[in-house]
Amino acid sequence: MTPGPMIEVAHLQVRYGNREVLKDISLEVGRNEVLGIIGPAQSGKTTLLRVLNRTLDEVPGVVITGVVKVDGEEVHQVKDLFALRRKIGMVAPLPVGLPLSIFENVAFAPRMAGIRKRSELEERVERCLRQATLWDEVKDRLHSLGTRLSGGQQQRLTIARALSHDPKILCLDEFSVAIDPVTTMRIEDVLKSLRSQMTIVLATNLVQQARRLADRTGFLFNGDLVEVDRTEVIFSDHPASRRTYEYVNGIFG
Amino acid sequence: MFEATSLTRRKQLSEFMARTLFLLMTLLMVVPLLLIVGYLVYRAWPILSLDFLLTNPKHGMRAGGIWSPLLGTIYLVVISLALATPIGVLAAVFLNEYARENWFTRVVNLAVLNLAGVPSIVHALFGLGAFVLFARLGKSILAASLTLAIMTLPVIIASTKEALAAVPKAFREACWNVGATRWQTIRHIVLPNSVSGILTGVILQVSRAAGETVPIMFTGAVFFKAIEEGHFFAYGLFDQCMALSMHLFTISTQVPDVPTALPYGTAVVLLSTVLAVNALSIMVRIRLRSRRKW
Repeated sequence: MTPGPMIEVAHLQVRYGNREVLKDISLEVGRNEVLGIIGPAQSGKTTLLRVLNRTLDEVPGVVITGVVKVDGEEVHQVKDLFALRRKIGMVAPLPVGLPLSIFENVAFAPRMAGIRKRSELEERVERCLRQATLWDEVKDRLHSLGTRLSGGQQQRLTIARALSHDPKILCLDEFSVAIDPVTTMRIEDVLKSLRSQMTIVLATNLVQQARRLADRTGFLFNGDLVEVDRTEVIFSDHPASRRTYEYVNGIFG
Repeated sequence: MFEATSLTRRKQLSEFMARTLFLLMTLLMVVPLLLIVGYLVYRAWPILSLDFLLTNPKHGMRAGGIWSPLLGTIYLVVISLALATPIGVLAAVFLNEYARENWFTRVVNLAVLNLAGVPSIVHALFGLGAFVLFARLGKSILAASLTLAIMTLPVIIASTKEALAAVPKAFREACWNVGATRWQTIRHIVLPNSVSGILTGVILQVSRAAGETVPIMFTGAVFFKAIEEGHFFAYGLFDQCMALSMHLFTISTQVPDVPTALPYGTAVVLLSTVLAVNALSIMVRIRLRSRRKW
């Protein structure tokens, strides 16, 4: 039996009180696929990502309906919420270095999951920092504070932390808004090297970033998923929706 | 090219005046404090000695030292904060980290704010009714400490909540994202980074507990009680005790012919205990702040 898609969303609706932020979203993300989600600010990209690991549940007054399956399991029926969250690596728009050392920032998730052995933690920290291309810059000062790193370094530290619990899915939410173009390109290279190992969901306000990285791209606008299709189609002259064409080509948005 | 015009000169003048005014007001605030402390120490000087601290009041309070009230105050402060701090901090953690915004938490938060504003005489009567009479503790150190604990609790809750809320929300979300539970997040990130604020709030309550007179008068403090001198465990939990604040009140208003140095000496000790504790809290805060990580 072939495994089903990594992420399945069907008829997802999210309301904050009376404000509807996602309207009847349905989409699938295959295993080891890169899905780009483009759309202007306030279109619901962050909300969509936060539904997946159920951190959206923490928002007061939020109402979520519809089906959301991660790795075949309905997220609102999982037995172990924390295992679900470990299955998904999240990278927020602004880098968040926890007020711990660089080492502890990356070792935090494995520690919280119960790994105690020093050698195993060290091996994991090195692997994740290497994957995030931060290792060479910080290997001599692993025990200095993560919060003292520059913005771009902190964002790569955040990615290393997101990888530290062996996720099957990596979600990035406008990861490049607070960092310089050179670091952005380095992180894009990181993502290219990870694409064979995990599913990546890349929400971005830079349409060209989706074009460079995504296998398929979805256009989210005001809570509507206008269309999802292969990236070449979205960026061609004839996407299914006129609005997609206009947004992608900077005519509105 | 860079000559001052009349406009810039006017601006410089107003800048100077504003600065001077603010400086004056700052000094004005410090002056009374220095005057009070200076005058107290000056009047108390002849009597201040280690003996004054370590002997009981004698001859109907007209001689001797303040050992018994000093130890009583230490007992009351330590026991009341030992009771109020864990309850207050844990309640604040619940309210700030776990509780959702609903009618229950709104009522609790409102109650906390209002309790903090209740006059101490009301706390005194509550303590008398609840602890001395209903719980049958009698007038005792325990009943008085419980009353002081009830009085300081809402302020500790409020200040702890503030300290917790000062830890950025993004840290919590980052922890939840990697699969940490709420408690793990609180234990490893939130508490270590708010402990200086929590401590400050608690220590500020030391001066409040040490200074209150009415609540302990009703619930456990007495006019006079001699205890074993120099013995730190001279009081038992169910004993009545003397206290500095009440001692100061009685020797300055209730007993005739007290040598003037005695009340001044008592006031100096009360004040310097409180100032010493506050200074300690500032030092702790600076130490912890210097390790602040963001």
